[in-house]
Amino acid sequence: MLGQNENGVKKRMESRVMLNKVMMVLFFLATTVGLIFLGLLFYRVLTQGIGYLSWDYIRSFPAPYPDKAGIWAGLIGSIMLMAIVAVFSVIIGVSTAIYLEKYASKNKFTDFIRINIQNLAGVPSIVFGLLGLTFFVYMFQFGYTLMAGGLTMALLVLPVIVVAAQEALRSVPSEIEQASYGMGASKWQTIARVTLPAAIPGILTGTIIALSRAIGETAPLIIVGAATAIYTLPDSVLAKYTVMPIQIYNWTGRPQEEWQYVAGAGIIVLLAILLLMNSIAVLIRNKFSRRL
Amino acid sequence: MSNVTKVQKEKNEGTAVPKVNKKETKKAENSVINVNDLNLWYGSNQALYEISMDIPEERVTAIIGPSGCGKSTFLKTLNRMVEMVPIVKTSGSINYRGNDIFSNKYKKEYLRTKVGMVFQKPNPFPKSVYDNVAYGPRVHGIKKKEVLDQIVEKSLKDAAIWDEVKDRLHENAYGLSGGQQQRVCIARALAVEPDVILMDEPTSALDPISTAKVEELVQELKEKYSIVIVTHNMQQAARISDKTAFFLSGELIEFAETDDLFQNPQDKRTEDYITGRFG
Amino acid sequence: MDNSLRSEGNQLNVQQMIEERKQKKSIGERIEKIVPWFLLLCASVSVLTTVGILFTLLRESIGFFSNVSIFEFYTGTSWSPWSGHYGVAPLIGGTLLITVIATIVAVPLGLMSAIFLSEYASDKVRRTIKPVLEVLAGIPTVVYGYFALTFITPMFQAIIPDLGIFNALSAGFVVGIMIIPMVASLSEDAMNSVPNALREGALGLGATKLEVVFKVVLPAAFSGIVASVVLAISRAIGETMIVTIAAGATPNLTMDATQSVQTMTAFIVQAATGDTTFGSTIYYSLYAVGMTLFVFTLVMNLIAQYISRKFKEDY
Repeated sequence: MLGQNENGVKKRMESRVMLNKVMMVLFFLATTVGLIFLGLLFYRVLTQGIGYLSWDYIRSFPAPYPDKAGIWAGLIGSIMLMAIVAVFSVIIGVSTAIYLEKYASKNKFTDFIRINIQNLAGVPSIVFGLLGLTFFVYMFQFGYTLMAGGLTMALLVLPVIVVAAQEALRSVPSEIEQASYGMGASKWQTIARVTLPAAIPGILTGTIIALSRAIGETAPLIIVGAATAIYTLPDSVLAKYTVMPIQIYNWTGRPQEEWQYVAGAGIIVLLAILLLMNSIAVLIRNKFSRRL
Repeated sequence: MSNVTKVQKEKNEGTAVPKVNKKETKKAENSVINVNDLNLWYGSNQALYEISMDIPEERVTAIIGPSGCGKSTFLKTLNRMVEMVPIVKTSGSINYRGNDIFSNKYKKEYLRTKVGMVFQKPNPFPKSVYDNVAYGPRVHGIKKKEVLDQIVEKSLKDAAIWDEVKDRLHENAYGLSGGQQQRVCIARALAVEPDVILMDEPTSALDPISTAKVEELVQELKEKYSIVIVTHNMQQAARISDKTAFFLSGELIEFAETDDLFQNPQDKRTEDYITGRFG
Repeated sequence: MDNSLRSEGNQLNVQQMIEERKQKKSIGERIEKIVPWFLLLCASVSVLTTVGILFTLLRESIGFFSNVSIFEFYTGTSWSPWSGHYGVAPLIGGTLLITVIATIVAVPLGLMSAIFLSEYASDKVRRTIKPVLEVLAGIPTVVYGYFALTFITPMFQAIIPDLGIFNALSAGFVVGIMIIPMVASLSEDAMNSVPNALREGALGLGATKLEVVFKVVLPAAFSGIVASVVLAISRAIGETMIVTIAAGATPNLTMDATQSVQTMTAFIVQAATGDTTFGSTIYYSLYAVGMTLFVFTLVMNLIAQYISRKFKEDY
């Protein structure tokens, strides 16, 4: 068969090779589409926002006039909110991970917890907002405060922290735990003094990534009532508050074009903080991955 | 109490596998651990069959045998480390100085302060040398800095590594060489002043010179401690141990004075093994 | 040597010290007993969260359905709660329209990116491009919303002149861009786990890389790819800020992408930011819509899990 029409085979071969090359270029171009839009997004935000970005902008409260408005209330609100989220989500998340990795026997119940965590990660964030509204705002009567927002967000990022902490705990070599048990240390002593310290870099990295997700979240906080106009900084966890994404959302929705620039400046601040958080996470990972 | 540090150190420079002088200890043989009819199962697989032997006090007992013969399992049973695998079941008894170690009243944490362990691969904690050695005492509630300082220094001296690490006590132990790490691990085990030290192929991950240092150390340590050492290396057993047990397929085939076992084995299987006919 | 003498003099006896401290150890033993219970308590928070979500959605939805018939809710075609019309179809329609547009954007681009990264790109190129692509997934959605409204919509308006400021097309398009990394990353993982021996077998027979991709890699990684697409769709269904900002607030049962639509999520935001009084029918409608949304995403997630569990058995 081949011998009969060698020319035909060769021709077909050439066209097959050609098609392969064309498709490869196409696949490459498809890959760049995402990157191009990422670049466009950054470019757009920078060119729109940079003009309004100044020290005054950072230190100013919301105002009715675009050139007077600033991000200060949102910036401080976001930081305070993240502090609450970090405290609750790390304590509960790391404890959950320790329980699942070190204490739970592999049975139906732990399988159930595992699948449950997996499913929670897929629940839309706005549904967590509804949860927070029922429980934290109304049932526990925290109202539209930092505490209600913080607890809601802590539950939202909990799956991320649990999974990261589980991975970090699993990556601790069992040899050093054995060494601890061999010295007569008890289980909790071993976990607290050997396993956890060795897992801290991984847990820290996971926590920062979870928080960087939380700091950009808007929808659940709208539901649990983060305010849009705040003229004093929250003085307690039961004070009203706003956060950067809420401010940005509010400004974006206003009809006058100037507000878009104000929003753009806010986005620059938000993205800068995200960049900072992610760089810290990468630094921690690089510094400690060399060691173990 | 401690003349360990006074023992002269033979420098064995150059020779790959130096000979260590075995000091004959002519003590009346007291046993520190008595094992009676020990059976052990991993799930439904039986790994140890009817083991009975007495571990002598302040001597070095070597356990040899081909891989998979249960020698490591047996060693880890002596301080109940084998129970880290949840499916393990045992029958029979082990007594440590008259205490049944499987009894509910005898806590395994307490047993392990008496029966310490050194592992196959050096496994220091990712902490400073000081914190590594102080770990055991701290876990057991000793917090005073002056006391810990003394314990750390004494343990490192006893493990013959003080001179090498005294200027870097607060550096991470991972920065040391493999051989140094292993001796820090020995110092860590010594810090709680155990009675018995179990060593699970402690030199298998080390180079010949480090191996020689550890072997020498074992000789010094038996002045004060009873040592049980698992080794895959028959020459090592012959060099450093006073008594040797030969395990095969989960059974104790022969247990005798080292010289007798190697020169005049009573069992055909022992003879086959030490002459290299299998394993 | 001095030191060993000194310790002799001080009677440094560690075992004795341990013995003494063993008396105090009852505190330690109590900690040892309490800790697992504390950890279990923390682990149950995640279960309580799920229970809480189900509880709140169900209870408030039941409250809603005592005012509005469940039949009207699911069959009515008009959604204007402020004038008492509670037919959820326009919201579901809006959600589906956005999701379809996003899927049309994200699935081809995501899959082609995955093929390029897994089959054509060198290791170095992959290790550079993949993290950058994943940055897309880390951008806050409010930023995407801003981008859709202030950049993508004007851009589309240049092509489609009668496109409104709020429209499903821009919103869906940007949601699609956002979920590209999800499709690309998970599909690439699936393609990477196809054993190299399969590829080499086909290459050895003279197949081109492209033929290997379509005849070997894609079929072998099929379930992993489907799972990634399903997860990405689920993410698009639950997306809130982009559609709230860029698709508008017009409950509109239409398949015309140039029009403004309202999704389920966007309605929840709208109702929560308005002066909705606690206990009113509109307040309860938040939960009925939330419940519907939750069921949609839950079903998608379960399908994805089912597929990827089957996928694991393949190898």
